[in-house]
Formats: sequence, C-alpha cells, structure tokens
Amino acid sequence: MSEFLEFENVSKSFGAIRAVDGVSFSVKRGEFFSLLGPSGCGKTTLLRIVAGFEQPDAGRVRLDGQDLTDLPPHQRPVNTVFQSYALFPHLSVRENIAFGLRVAGRPRREIREEVDKMLRLIRMEDQAHKKPAQISGGQKQRVAVARALINRPRVLLLDEPLAALDLKLRQHMLLELDLIHDEVGITFLYVTHDQTEAMSVSDRIAVMNGGRVEQIGTPTEVYEAPRSSFVAAFIGDTNFFDGVVTALEDHDYCRLSIQGLPDVLCYNDKQNQPGDPVHLIVRPEKFRISPEPPPADPRRNTLEGVVEDVIYMGNHTRYWVRLDGHRLAVFQQHRRFMLDEKPIRWNDRVWLSWDANDGYMLERYNVSDERLVQRPPDVLTTTKST
Amino acid sequence: MKTSRVPAMTMWLTLVFFYLPIAVLVLDSFNASRFAGTWGGFSFRWYARLWREQEIWHALRNSMLVGVAATVVSTVLGTSAAFALHRYRTRLQAAHYALIYTPLVVPEILMGMSLLILFVSLRVQLGLFTVFLAHVTFCLSYVTMVVLARLQDFDYSIIEAAMDLGADWRQALWRVLIPLLAPGIMAGALLAFTLSIDDFVTTFFVAGAGATTLPIRVYSMIKHGATPLINALSTLLLALTFLVVWTAQRLIRDNSGRAVPGGGERR
Repeated sequence: MSEFLEFENVSKSFGAIRAVDGVSFSVKRGEFFSLLGPSGCGKTTLLRIVAGFEQPDAGRVRLDGQDLTDLPPHQRPVNTVFQSYALFPHLSVRENIAFGLRVAGRPRREIREEVDKMLRLIRMEDQAHKKPAQISGGQKQRVAVARALINRPRVLLLDEPLAALDLKLRQHMLLELDLIHDEVGITFLYVTHDQTEAMSVSDRIAVMNGGRVEQIGTPTEVYEAPRSSFVAAFIGDTNFFDGVVTALEDHDYCRLSIQGLPDVLCYNDKQNQPGDPVHLIVRPEKFRISPEPPPADPRRNTLEGVVEDVIYMGNHTRYWVRLDGHRLAVFQQHRRFMLDEKPIRWNDRVWLSWDANDGYMLERYNVSDERLVQRPPDVLTTTKST
Repeated sequence: MKTSRVPAMTMWLTLVFFYLPIAVLVLDSFNASRFAGTWGGFSFRWYARLWREQEIWHALRNSMLVGVAATVVSTVLGTSAAFALHRYRTRLQAAHYALIYTPLVVPEILMGMSLLILFVSLRVQLGLFTVFLAHVTFCLSYVTMVVLARLQDFDYSIIEAAMDLGADWRQALWRVLIPLLAPGIMAGALLAFTLSIDDFVTTFFVAGAGATTLPIRVYSMIKHGATPLINALSTLLLALTFLVVWTAQRLIRDNSGRAVPGGGERR
C-alpha cells in the first residue's frame, strides 16, 4: 500500500490559537483512519483543511500525489459527512442524495439509477420522498453518508458523524459505517473525540492533542503501547508509576525502584540503563486481584494493598486499591459464576500481581495528563474507611 | 373541567376593536346614501362611479409602478445586506447594521424632508423616479430585517455541504441558499410592497406634480369630501390584499412544508 493522503507540515492558526501545529503524516489507500482527540485538539480543523473549508497557513495536503492545498472545495475529489448532517431541508431524501450528480450535470436516467443504488445501500428505498424533517436522526445520518458517497470521492471525510445520536443508535450506526466502508472500499478519514468509536472501527488512529499528533498506530498499538502519558490517559484507564531503573535483568528486563512500593520488574524495550528515570503504566485489567498472596513467580510483580472502592459492573468489577502513596484502578473480569465466589469487599486486604511484560514504559510524560484518568473522588473514601 | 371565558372574551373584543371600523367601511361602500349615518339601501353605485374616475386609476397605476419597482430593487439589495450582516461579524458590519436599522426608527417626516432637500440640491427632477428612490430607501431596511430574522437559525454548514458536493458558488446560491431563504425573502418583498403602496408622508414630499400615487390621490379626495367613493376603493384594495396574502401563504407552505413565520410587523 502506498501513501495516499499526505499531510506535510500543515499548520493553521485562528488568531493567537494554533489549531494545527506542524502536522505531518499520511493515510493509506482504502484505510479507515481516525483522528482522535479532545475538543480543541485540531482534528476538525485538519478535516476541514482536507475538505477545503480552511486554508492552511503553512504546509501542503496531497492526495495520490496531487496537491490539493489551493483547490476550492467544489473541485476536490473528497466529500464530507457533517456533524450536523447539513442535509438540505427543502429537498427530499432522494433529491439530497442526487445533489452531487445534479450539480455535475449528469443525465437524468443515470442520476436515478445511482440514487436508487445508494438508497439500497442505506436501506431507505421506502423513505426516498420524505423531507429531512420527517426522518429520524439515524436515518438523517445515513442520508448524509449516501449523499457524500454518490460522487465516488477518493476520500470520505466524517466529522463526528455519530455525536448527535444516542448511545444505542451510535453503536449500531458505527457497525453500519464499518460495513459501508468494507462495501465501497473508499478511504475514510474519521474525526471523533470518542475513543471507543475510534478503537472499534479504525484500521489506524492518529491521537491528537494541542494541534499536534501524539501517536499514530493501530488501535491495539495505541492502547497497549502508548508513547506519551496523554495517549495512555486519553485512551482507556491506566495507572501511572514514576520510578528509577536500579538494575538490568536477563537482558530484556529491568528492575525499577518506585517510591513507597517494593521494586518491580518491567520489560525493558526502551533499553533504559541503571539510573534512568522512567514512567511506567499498567492498565487496570492487567492486574490480577486476590484475597490471598499469589504463588511466587519471578516474572510477576506483587503488591499488597487495601480495597477502597468496589464498583460491580456485571461482567467485570472495578476496584480501587490503596497502597502506600498510590491509588490503583483494577478491573477484574468474571469468568466464573460470581455467586459461588467469595467476594472482595471494602477494606479487604488484597494482593495485586501483574506480569513483567504487561507494564509499559512511556517515552513522554506530563504530570497534568494524569487528570484525564477517571478516579472516584477522595472525599467519598475517607468517610467510608472508618 | 371548566375553562375560563376570559380568553375567548378578550379575543372577541380585540377582533371587534380591530375589524369593526373596517366592517363599517365595507358596509358603507354598498350604501346607496351619500351619508354614512343613514342606510339608503344596497347599491353598487359608488363602484360604478369609481370605475369612471380616471384620476384614481392613473394614481393606482403610478402606485403599482413604484411599488413593483421598489419591491424588486429593495428585495435584492435587502437580501444581500442581510446575508452580509449575518455572515461577517466585523466592526464595519456593526456600523452597517446600525445604519440599516436607523430608517426604521427615524420619523418619516424627517426622511421625507431630507430626501426632498437632497433631490432639490442635486437638481433631480421630482417625479415617479424620486418616489421610487425614496421608497427603496425605507423598504430596504424592512426587507433586511425580515431576511436577517430568517437567517438567524440558518446553518451555514448547509452551504459548505453544497460546495463540498461540487456546487460552485452560483449553484450553491440558486439551488440551496435562495430556496431556503425564499419564505423570508417573500415575506420581506410582501412587506416592502405593502409599505410602498400605502406610503403617504415620504411620498408627499418627493412626488412631483405628475406623480400622484394612490394615497395622495385619496387624501385630496377626502379634502373634497368624496368619502363613499373612497369606501368603495378601500374595499377593493382590502379584497386584493387578502387575496395576495392568502396566495403568498399557500405558495410558501407548498414549497417548504411549513407555514410562513409571521409576515413581520408593520410600523
């Protein structure tokens, strides 16, 4: 696969705010590529630069080798699904979908056939005569997708297309988008602030923060091997540890000294040397929690703590465990029939263990990113722990 | 449950307050007697007289000419102004808004006088053309305000969507923007036309000797005491107005699937 949609050093400011700050990356042909980040991270601006609604202050955007940067929106071989759908309220569903072909002056018969095809794709043949005001949110979204696809764009741009839908519908539409992507084989550039959306459908994700790309990778890569504390905290839950390398073991592992905890073993993919400060993350589901000390295993780290909070979620339980100076989030899947198990309760003494391969050391760390991780407030736990 | 009778009574009183004078006028136009106080029997006598009154028809022709021309020009200019005001929020546009808004609050007599002084000092021959210019100046403000109100809930991404789908600005304008704003533009045009047709004060100042419009003609008729004739004329105009408003609302409803949001307010 070659580089298809390329961003080269793209920057865009609005007044004093640098919305996009020297971004360079490329999207492959046929990919479902997501731009993921919090609001104001520049993802929508980047999308609008591709569509031609914004002009970058610097940098180029190329599509299959062709420079798009100076083309007006109506001459670009890309189409957009807007967050507000932006359907034409005075036109019927059929006329909305036909719009792109109508302005291109295509013959009437061809337009009818193409629109019929699109209506079948979004399964709305029987709603074709309705006005946008008469159909539901999910249907509007489908019409918006069909309207954008009928021009056979080289890239389909989707700007938070599911943000206006409720949770159930959102999950359903996400699957549908994925199916449409597979069916039409067009490159999708998908903008969202919702990490579960991005994780579940994307081939690759670019995580953005403050106008820059923090990391690009497959969903598994950005989740399991985040490069920065921002990516680690923005995607999923995580536990942060600050430590110093004290020794190397077995070539591939290093021993870390962490304030208030016994030394832990960690896979040393970064080739850290003794004395290097490191930032370790352990995802909550990597822990195993047990009311008794686990059997000794040189590859596993074991910590002892007190349960501070328990939230039963049905298929799993979330525990917050207090250790000396630390509060760790632990998710435990329930593979057994829970009524037969002896439950872990508040104030129980527990042992947490994790494999040395399951921790990951960050390249970049910023203490303010820890605030992105959701934690129960401290106030509740102090009243409970008496 | 017992409902209060107050709302219904208020409604009837308001309607009577509004329409009783008009009802009396319509009734009187069919009164054979010359005097409003006495009923001389049903008759089309005044309508027949009206038919032969050449000067009235001439004045009506002038009014229509000015009205149509002023409506067309002020609708085009006013719609453009509204779009500029909505789209660009700069300090210049704030001044623009204030300047457009001012004619709505300036006393009409002042408008008329200042226009007269302007025309005279520029040595423009007073006549239908000056009346037309004067009407455009005040109609413009009303059209702008009505279209601007329509634009308030306008989602600009719809225009972006049109461009995105391959429409150049001309296609976006004719296929999307104008059809969407049509109810507002229609309402503005209707308002401009009505304002132009019944304007008296400004017209009185800037109309030359040959450029008598209907309101000015009616005024001079009242001075000569021809009230039954005016009753007949008013009844015809009333019927015409209802017809125009009714068809306009029908048209608008058919186009957009919903009724026109209030025709705007008159001064």
